[in-house]
Amino acid sequence: MTDQLISARAVRKAYGRTEALRGVSLDISAGEKLAITGPSGSGKSTLLLSLAGILRPEAGEISYDGRRLDDLSEAERTRLRRREFGVVLQFGQLVPELTAVENVALPLMLERHARASADRIARGWLERLDAGALADVVPGELSGGEAQRVALARALVTSPRVIFADEPTGALDTVAGEQVLVALYDAAKETGAAIVMVTHDNRVAARADREVRMLDGTIA
Amino acid sequence: MPGRSLSARCPVSCVDLLRSTDSVQDYSLSVFTVCIVADVSISHVLLGVLSSGPAHGYDLKREHDIRFPGAKELPYGQVYAALQRLERDGLVEVAETVRDGGPERTVYALTESGRAELDTWLASPESAGPYPADELVRKAVTALRTGVDARSFLARQREVHLARLRELLAAQDATTDPAGRAAIDHAVFHLDADLRWLEAAEGRLNAPSSSNHQGDPS
Repeated sequence: MTDQLISARAVRKAYGRTEALRGVSLDISAGEKLAITGPSGSGKSTLLLSLAGILRPEAGEISYDGRRLDDLSEAERTRLRRREFGVVLQFGQLVPELTAVENVALPLMLERHARASADRIARGWLERLDAGALADVVPGELSGGEAQRVALARALVTSPRVIFADEPTGALDTVAGEQVLVALYDAAKETGAAIVMVTHDNRVAARADREVRMLDGTIA
Repeated sequence: MPGRSLSARCPVSCVDLLRSTDSVQDYSLSVFTVCIVADVSISHVLLGVLSSGPAHGYDLKREHDIRFPGAKELPYGQVYAALQRLERDGLVEVAETVRDGGPERTVYALTESGRAELDTWLASPESAGPYPADELVRKAVTALRTGVDARSFLARQREVHLARLRELLAAQDATTDPAGRAAIDHAVFHLDADLRWLEAAEGRLNAPSSSNHQGDPS
């Protein structure tokens, strides 16, 4: 019995002739907060997207909860991502035409939740992230910090076991970034979710349980 | 009696003093302490604490350590030495002497001159440097110059800095006082600057052009 949730072995990924990952092996435990750091172009985001099943590596194995991701069909991978993973990117990537609560409810609607139920759960998550007052606001009227709180709520709404975050505070000032990060960590602690986060920010890395430092496509 | 400016009382910097001194016996503890205290503005910080109301030495020390959790704790001796000088210069005065069953304690209060000195100090921006090279820079540059396991040194140093950063962030999370959080920010940002410098050093080591300079003793 192991508490390893994600396991990567000798993972390789290239873009054309450029090798982004050159044999990366890594284990991530349930509930762990992991920071992936390193210089630009070192393969951080490629590793994150590969672990999240969004990119398919050319070689190596990635397993989630004992299941090989490369054995899954595209539909199964999509279902896994919707149910088990939450994703937060640097600029929130909210759907501009939808209100905050509709954005948060979206993953539930895709999982065929009834509209009223999805709306109720989404509002609950916005409340937990101190963003309840923003529920009916569209993304264009939100500040950067507010948009990231909404994006966090959307990532958390399905109660994922892993949250993948790529520079979630990269576009925010010190105080707003800290508030978003603390909100993310508090929510993950409450739900027991693991966090895998790419960051250039040492303060963010220092708040993680462990740091993995990438250098030229390998773990330094 | 109007208070004299602290900088006017210490015309020779500590560095100059040490350089011009032939032996340890040539400078007295009091001169040395005055210069150290003046350089790090402890006296002004104490004036700032006293601007909230009278306090005795122990309270001042405790308040300093709370306000600056990223800094070294203030030794009691330094507090009392600073208070004596501030009293001598008319910047603080004895408000009362209390004895609560324990040893006698002197409570100090800010004078008008003291408040004026504090206002003048707060109105003057601090110098932006230059900063002296500290042990971290000396060791890292030596490691880079010699090329002896420089990557391992940089990685170990990063771990030490990250560990300290964790401690400071935990202390920051534990307080809701905005001024306390801001004080910790200062220490955090300096550590962050060091960390970014270590990253840049690592990048220099990995850049193709840097290989020509590794081990260059010049």
